[in-house]
Amino acid sequence: MTGGVLGAMRAVFLRELLVFWRRSTEVMAALVFFVIVTTLFPLAIGPERRELMVVAPGVLWVAALLATTLSLNHLFASDYQDGSLEQMLMSPYPLSAMVLAKIAAHWVLTGLPLALLSPLLAVQMALPTKAIGTLVGSLLLGTPTLTLIGAIPAALTLGVRGGGVLVSLLVLPLYTPILIFGAEAVAASAGQGFASVAHLSLLGAFLALALSFAPWASSAALRVSLD
Amino acid sequence: MSDPMFAVRGLSCVRGDRTLFAALSLELRAGEAMHIRGPNGLGKTTLLRALCGLSRPVRGEIRWRGERIADLAEDFTAEVAYVGHLNGIQGELTAGENLRLAGRVFTRRGHAGLSEREALERVGLRAQTDRPARHLSQGQKRRLALARLLVLRRPLWVLDEPFTALDAASVASLSSLIGEHMAAGGLALVVSHQAFDLPGIRDFELTRYCRSRR
Amino acid sequence: MKLIHKYSAPKRFYELAGMLAPWFATLTALLFISGLYLGLYWAPPDYQQGNAYRIMFVHVPNAWMSMMAYVAMALFAAAGYIWNIRLADILAKVTAPLGASFTLTALVTGSLWGKPMWGTYWVWDARLTSELVLLFLYVGYMALQASIDDARRAAHASAIIAIVGLVNIPIIHYSVYWWHTLHQPASLTLTSQPKIYITMLIPLIIMSIGFMFFYLTMLCVRSRSEILWRERRADWVRKLVESRS
Repeated sequence: MTGGVLGAMRAVFLRELLVFWRRSTEVMAALVFFVIVTTLFPLAIGPERRELMVVAPGVLWVAALLATTLSLNHLFASDYQDGSLEQMLMSPYPLSAMVLAKIAAHWVLTGLPLALLSPLLAVQMALPTKAIGTLVGSLLLGTPTLTLIGAIPAALTLGVRGGGVLVSLLVLPLYTPILIFGAEAVAASAGQGFASVAHLSLLGAFLALALSFAPWASSAALRVSLD
Repeated sequence: MSDPMFAVRGLSCVRGDRTLFAALSLELRAGEAMHIRGPNGLGKTTLLRALCGLSRPVRGEIRWRGERIADLAEDFTAEVAYVGHLNGIQGELTAGENLRLAGRVFTRRGHAGLSEREALERVGLRAQTDRPARHLSQGQKRRLALARLLVLRRPLWVLDEPFTALDAASVASLSSLIGEHMAAGGLALVVSHQAFDLPGIRDFELTRYCRSRR
Repeated sequence: MKLIHKYSAPKRFYELAGMLAPWFATLTALLFISGLYLGLYWAPPDYQQGNAYRIMFVHVPNAWMSMMAYVAMALFAAAGYIWNIRLADILAKVTAPLGASFTLTALVTGSLWGKPMWGTYWVWDARLTSELVLLFLYVGYMALQASIDDARRAAHASAIIAIVGLVNIPIIHYSVYWWHTLHQPASLTLTSQPKIYITMLIPLIIMSIGFMFFYLTMLCVRSRSEILWRERRADWVRKLVESRS
């Protein structure tokens, strides 16, 4: 029985990867957004390295957060439109397990590339080299939490007027703690505060908390939206 | 007379602030099928969605093998196959991939039905196995959705307008699929405004349970 | 439990709320008058802030109520979602704009208080910042509620977001406070006064209870109109309208 659930989760995960891969423009959109936003900042602030260095942790984190928010609209929307989601609700396995698999695949295609690309943008933003490791680490811990929490509003706004804007409105206040600790971790290791280990472990705690309740809450949300 | 496998008592559904139908009851035994009829806008789709557990009814209870479906949860959905207005087909995947996925995600071990190849053969889509589903015609997509029924092998079929976009020959061959399902002891609930020929199917007039009509 | 079921029928609650509202309103008025009198005349000026601190008697109760209203809203919404109680859905829905106005009042009075204190209307003070985030949570809840037509789906969907918000509020609150202490360790915050005198505490408590009764009054009034609107097709509402006209 448990083997069955894991097998089904694996199948959903691989299906998502395959579908997103064949529809690669959506995957790229979040990444390109991340790159463009971080490129706009030096143009607005000026090329002065010392000034950039001060705002770099915040800019990189806000850009990552907005890119993730932007990608949330693709999480369930197409499955909702073609009826696949309805079929997923008729699965013999717990819906929350299926949702978790979907979220995991979504993160692998949006959050993970974002974290891996961030060192390049960090150099662009004049972030000290010693802080780059923390930046990648904080994004690796933080972006899955963002996707997990964001799945709840994404599920709630299916088929609702103005769903896209509504997702941002619902999700951004919930993101504040992750933004605070994520940006703070990077700033700390860039030498502006305490050691970053404490912040990273808090981000890890948020991830654990989100893992425990977000799949459940978003599957409840899906049932409400498809009622 | 054996106990009904599927029993509905006192069901009421509401959309917005309008009661669609109230105090609806129906029973199905193994090998029985029901054709739910009524004009548009009466709530046939809502009824089917409530019957397969997708939407929560305001009142009433639905029992499967004597137990409430709300208590059974996944143990109930494991025995129902639903084909709704939407085909539930992922356009980016091929016809074969769509069915294989259904077999993996939607069937418990040891409950699989036909292989995807056999199922596609049965609905006449064998030649389309490797075509992306988005390139299929409306009728072909519908047949692919119905092929899922064969892959899943579940005892209760809930079909919402299954013959939409199908030609006469396909309607005949697919209604014979329902006939075979009944012969094997399966149950079926069908909503269709299209005429189809299926011996032994009972008619169910939804109008009887609707008090107010606009 | 039986009592809950008896009064959770919208019609019965409509009558009950109509009976309670005037009493709550009277209590609110008495508490506001005595609280404001004590706060504005009886309590002595603060040795540091002079008379400017007196806005606290409005600011602090509103800040408290903004949090309490959110908790109440989330609990009502959860009850409506889990047990399918329509009255709870209604109470949650009408609490949201009330809570949002408490939050907005707390923000406005906070920044008015900030002007003499910091010389500017807005400082990223921990309390103000977390009130701002709370306002966003309320706005999101109301926007979601407003964008779904079907009353039941709207109630259930917004219930989920309210519960998620409730889980998050303590985390948001503490992370904002932590963030604030990290960045402005030496600054003066609004409420961490070294000592609050009993002469200031008494009006503060009276005003807080007053705002609580104000909430209850508004809850009765607003839920009555919401019930009338939802039950507009029911016989008892029709009879009521006919008897009034």
